[in-house]
Amino acid sequence: MSAPDTFQAAPRRDPGFWRRLWAMVLKEIIQMRRDRMTFAMMLAIPVLQLVLFGYAINTDPKDLPTAVLARDQGPLTRSLVAAVRNTGYFDIEYQVRSPAEMDALISSGKVLFGIEIPADFERNVRRGEQPFVLVIADASDPTATGGAISALQGIIPQALTRELRGPSAMNDQSAFRLRIHRRYNPEGETQLNIVPGLLGVILTMTMMLFTALAVTREIERGTMENLLSMPIKPVEIMLGKILPFVAVGFIQMAIILLAARFLFGVPIEGSLMLLVALTTLFAGANLAVGYTFSTIARNQLQAVQMTFMFFLPNILLSGFMFPFAGMPGWAQAIGEVLPLTHFLRIARGIMLKGNGVTDMEIDVIALVVFMLAAMGLALIRFRTTLD
Amino acid sequence: MTDIAIEVERLTKSFDQRVVVRDLTLKVPKGAIFGFLGPNGSGKTTTIRMLCGLLTPDSGTGTCLGYDILTESELIKRQVGYMTQRFSLYEDLSIRENLEFVSRIYGVPNPVQAARAAIERLGLEGRSEQLAGELSGGWKQRLALGACILPQPRLLLLDEPTAGVDPKARRDFWDEIHHLAAEGITVLVSTHYMDEAERCHEIGYIAYGRLLVHGTVEDVIKESGLSTWNVSGANLAALTEKLNTTAGVDMVAPFGTSLHVSGRNGKQLEKSIFALKRSDKSHHWTRSEPSLEDVFIHLMSEADDNFAVENRDERA
Ligand SMILES: Nc1ncnc2c1ncn2[C@@H]1O[C@H](COP(=O)(O)OP(=O)(O)OP(=O)(O)O)[C@@H](O)[C@H]1O
Ligand SMILES: [Mg+2]
Repeated sequence: MSAPDTFQAAPRRDPGFWRRLWAMVLKEIIQMRRDRMTFAMMLAIPVLQLVLFGYAINTDPKDLPTAVLARDQGPLTRSLVAAVRNTGYFDIEYQVRSPAEMDALISSGKVLFGIEIPADFERNVRRGEQPFVLVIADASDPTATGGAISALQGIIPQALTRELRGPSAMNDQSAFRLRIHRRYNPEGETQLNIVPGLLGVILTMTMMLFTALAVTREIERGTMENLLSMPIKPVEIMLGKILPFVAVGFIQMAIILLAARFLFGVPIEGSLMLLVALTTLFAGANLAVGYTFSTIARNQLQAVQMTFMFFLPNILLSGFMFPFAGMPGWAQAIGEVLPLTHFLRIARGIMLKGNGVTDMEIDVIALVVFMLAAMGLALIRFRTTLD
Repeated sequence: MTDIAIEVERLTKSFDQRVVVRDLTLKVPKGAIFGFLGPNGSGKTTTIRMLCGLLTPDSGTGTCLGYDILTESELIKRQVGYMTQRFSLYEDLSIRENLEFVSRIYGVPNPVQAARAAIERLGLEGRSEQLAGELSGGWKQRLALGACILPQPRLLLLDEPTAGVDPKARRDFWDEIHHLAAEGITVLVSTHYMDEAERCHEIGYIAYGRLLVHGTVEDVIKESGLSTWNVSGANLAALTEKLNTTAGVDMVAPFGTSLHVSGRNGKQLEKSIFALKRSDKSHHWTRSEPSLEDVFIHLMSEADDNFAVENRDERA
């Protein structure tokens, strides 16, 4: 590296690079296979997370707590409430007297829905004025409220037909309209969003954790002294420790995508190849971050702690937990430098919107830059001596 | 220059402001077996690590195989086999996998074949698939040495390679070392065993990070200027007590059924012993040669007096 030895060191590329890299990769694969615990974790984490989150995705929850504010007491109101109840989605636990009371119930989370039937509902319906029934939905968990809202829309045509036999039933327009207010998640992001997110979250967690232990483990076990005394270069050690886990990332990716397709019916609108390629890039970025932590941490425990410190903002500020657009500016700024943020845009873009690479140039570049920066830092941080 | 394998000058290394190796100057010719001795914590491992580029000296210069230890450790590593004091091959890899890994890293042609040959040489044929971590201590040492020799290095740095190894295996090991040296390989080996020191072409003794003596076994014994007497007879324990306070006696060491009594001042020692002989006829005294052990123990106690205080001062 230093100036004087450039005379002696051959300027051509070292032909031993691939051989040593291969030796390192082979060694890591054998060790990975022998480490039953880690190996089990590699497969168990995606399956477990899918089951846990998948439960939330897949269920179509019924009997959601609901408050009704009826400002009209006529027979039509009663029929409407009965129809709502009959959908099976709503469990009307509260009959409230004022909007304030209803708000309090929603914001405290006691109910997920508030339904307000306006004054003069009966009269306005009969006059054919199509009054609005206000539905306030706590949409922070769109998977929970989505089904209920569509069920509600489904009852409009028949709910009051029996009561409205007569002249007003003649016209084919609906008797009333719904005005739906989604609180907490105005975009009403669909459940489909979660699966691409899950792909990113699982890869972030496992990939980073695996490489985070890579260097510290060798130091703790004393094998680093032997490794460093051999003619192997830091970049070979790094790539040798990262590459085998890219393969693990592939397996996890396959599990998640198959589950997405066949269990949860999430489509892949765009190119599968592109998705696989960019997911690999994302896995590489996280492996690089983990490896960097590994070169900074003093022991395995510290490495794990650093991983979790990095994992948290990834989960919270990337748009996985909360809609990105709804976050305050400072949180968005932090989110922009996290790899998961960009991957979520990529994965959702490809899977749900059918985006091509030109639609996501910035996110792809961000991931590449992120990965190279992490690797560069790792190489700087990597100590080739025991000092 | 070409017939020198290791040449270092005034190497110094400290950890947390404590000097661990101080002004170490050493020259080892090609094809020599150099024994590196010294008490625990004297800086042997630290010195060896500096030689192969695992530690950067604070000051001093030197070459290994003609390459600068400060700037060319990349090149040194290709031709040096370093056996660490603590087993540092992969315990979760089998014997075969470890040896193949080493072969590949050093670019040995046909690594599978090379590993198999090494396993045969070690006499581990039936156990090649056993995990290294499951081997007994002695076998671990032998495996580590095998891995070290496998890439055919020109210089071997062996840090206590025979600690915990049985006598037969130790004999085999030294035969192998001499065989390698005859082929022109240089060996620097640290040890605490005197019999091993006597098998080396040259030895060096380090204490408190300073190389105190350096040369052939005969040179070292001669240079010590020590006179030694052998005494046998009844009640040696009481005699030891008495000798410890006798003028001219620097050191009394039990040696089987006799005592080794040594002193730097030969005249004074002789005078005291003649006096003892006259007053107490129950002991049999003979003049003898100091053993290497006598010399080292003497060096150690001397070093204690000279450097312990100095080191403590520097640490504060
Ligand atoms: N990495 C380190 N950090 C701090 N102190 C160290 C380090 N390595 C060695 N030392 C100290 O340096 C001194 C010399 O250690 P070294 O291992 O070189 O001794 P040694 O001669 O090999 O001893 P032994 O015969 O017990 O193997 C010891 O006091 C040790 O505590
Ligand atoms: Mg040592």
